[in-house]
Amino acid sequence: MAVTPAGPAHDMTDTAPEFPMSRAARCPFDPPPALRELQEKGPLAKVRLWDGSEPWLVTRYAEQRAILADPRVSADTDRPGYPSKASSEAGEGKLSFIMMDDPEHARLRRMVTAPFAIKRIEALRPAVQRIVDGLIDDLLAGPQPADLVEAFALPLPSLVICELLGVPYDDHALFQENTRTMVRTTATPEARSAATREIAGYLSGQLAERFTEPRDDLLTGIAGRVTAGELTHGQAVEMALLLLIAGHETTANMIALGTAALLEHPDQLALLRDTDDPALIASAVEELLRYLHITHQGRRRAVTEDIEIAGQVIKAGEGVIMVNETGNRDPRVFDDPDRLDITRDARRHVAFGFGVHQCLGQPLARMELQVVYGTLYRRIPTLKFARALEDVKFKHDAFIYGIHELPVTW
Amino acid sequence: MKVELEADKCVASGQCVVAAMDVFDQDDDGIAVLLTEEVGDDRLDDVKEAIAVCPAAAIRLARP
Repeated sequence: MAVTPAGPAHDMTDTAPEFPMSRAARCPFDPPPALRELQEKGPLAKVRLWDGSEPWLVTRYAEQRAILADPRVSADTDRPGYPSKASSEAGEGKLSFIMMDDPEHARLRRMVTAPFAIKRIEALRPAVQRIVDGLIDDLLAGPQPADLVEAFALPLPSLVICELLGVPYDDHALFQENTRTMVRTTATPEARSAATREIAGYLSGQLAERFTEPRDDLLTGIAGRVTAGELTHGQAVEMALLLLIAGHETTANMIALGTAALLEHPDQLALLRDTDDPALIASAVEELLRYLHITHQGRRRAVTEDIEIAGQVIKAGEGVIMVNETGNRDPRVFDDPDRLDITRDARRHVAFGFGVHQCLGQPLARMELQVVYGTLYRRIPTLKFARALEDVKFKHDAFIYGIHELPVTW
Repeated sequence: MKVELEADKCVASGQCVVAAMDVFDQDDDGIAVLLTEEVGDDRLDDVKEAIAVCPAAAIRLARP
C-alpha cells in the first residue's frame, strides 16, 4: 500500500497570519474569529507583526500562564526578539517597571504597592460610592441621550486615581486627551511621543512641587524616593505616568464595555439590577473581566533562554505574545466559555495578566467596578442604548479596547 | 494541612487575601503574610483557590 508522504509540520511557503487580527463586526465582545481558529489548531502559532517579525502567539490558557510565570522570559522592550506593538515603542523611554525584569522590576514595584493593599482599597470604598452616586445624580439631571463614557465611565476612575496620586482633577483634559493619542494605533509615532512628553512634563512639574511642599498623596511618596536617592527624577516621572494612565484608561473602558455587554444580555443585567448581594456583584465583575478583553494586544515577552512548551522549543531571542481573548475563552478551563454568566466562578481569568507583572492596581479596579456595577443599573433601571449596537463605535483602533462613545437614554 | 508562603516571591496582587481572608493578610507594603499555618478542611478550598490565583506561585500546601 502506497504511503502518502506526510507534509512538513509548517509549510514554509505559508506566511504567518498578521497580528493583531480584527474582530467580527457583529460580535464586538468576542475574540477575532482568526484567533479562535488558531486556538483550535494548537496552543502555539507563528504570527507576523507590523515590522515583519514573526513571534509565537500563545492562544491557550495553561500555556499562557506557564510562560507568563516563567523566569526565562523578559518584559524588557529592548531585548532581542521583543515583539513591539508599534515603531514608537522601540527606543522610547520605558513605562517604568512594567517594561523591566527582576530584581529592578520588583524593587521599583514595591515602592508603590502599599496604597493598593486590600484594606487600604476597602477604606476608599465609601468615597468611591459617593463619587459614583454624584456622577449618576448629574447624569440623571442632564440631557438625554447622554454619552456614558464622557459623563460617567471616564470621570470616575480618573477622579479616583487623581485623588490617590494627588494630581488635580481640574487638569484632566490635559492627560485624558494625551492618553487618547498615546493609545491610538493610528497615531503617528511623532504624535504619540509628543503626547507622552506632554503628560511627562506635566507630571514632572507636579513632582517638583512635592519636594518643597509634601502632601498626603502617592506623588509625595514617589518624590521622597528621589530625595532618598532610590529613584532618579526620570524614573519617578515614568512611574507616575504609568499609574496615571493605567489607573484611568483601563477601568473607564471596562465600565463602558461592561455596560454595553450587559445591555446586550438583559437576563444578566436583570440579575445585577435586582441584587444587593456583594458576592454576586463581585462575581459579575470577575465574569465581565473574563468575558471582555480590554488588553487585546496581548502580553508580550522576549524569550531569554530556550523554553520547551507543548512539544515546541521556543528559542532564546524569539518573541512570545499571550492573548487573553482566547485564554479567557478557553473551553479547557471555562465551561461554555462564550456564554456571559455572572453567577459562574471566573476568578482564574487572566484579564490582569499572570506572573510577576500581574496588574498592581487590580484591587482598586475590582473595587471601582463592584461599586459601579452594583449601583448604576439599580439607580437607572431603564438604562438602554440610544443607538443600535451596530452604530456604537468600538475602539478597534486603540491599544486598549473599549468604546469611544456610548450614547444612552433611560 | 500546613500552608507555606514564600513572601519574597510575592508581587502584592492581593489575590490570596480575596480568596482566603482568614488565612492571608498583607503587610504595610501589600506583601502577603500568613495569619495561620495550619488550615482545617473547612478552609482548604479557599486556600486552594488562593494557590490557583496567586500570580507569583508563592503559596503551597505542605505534604502531610
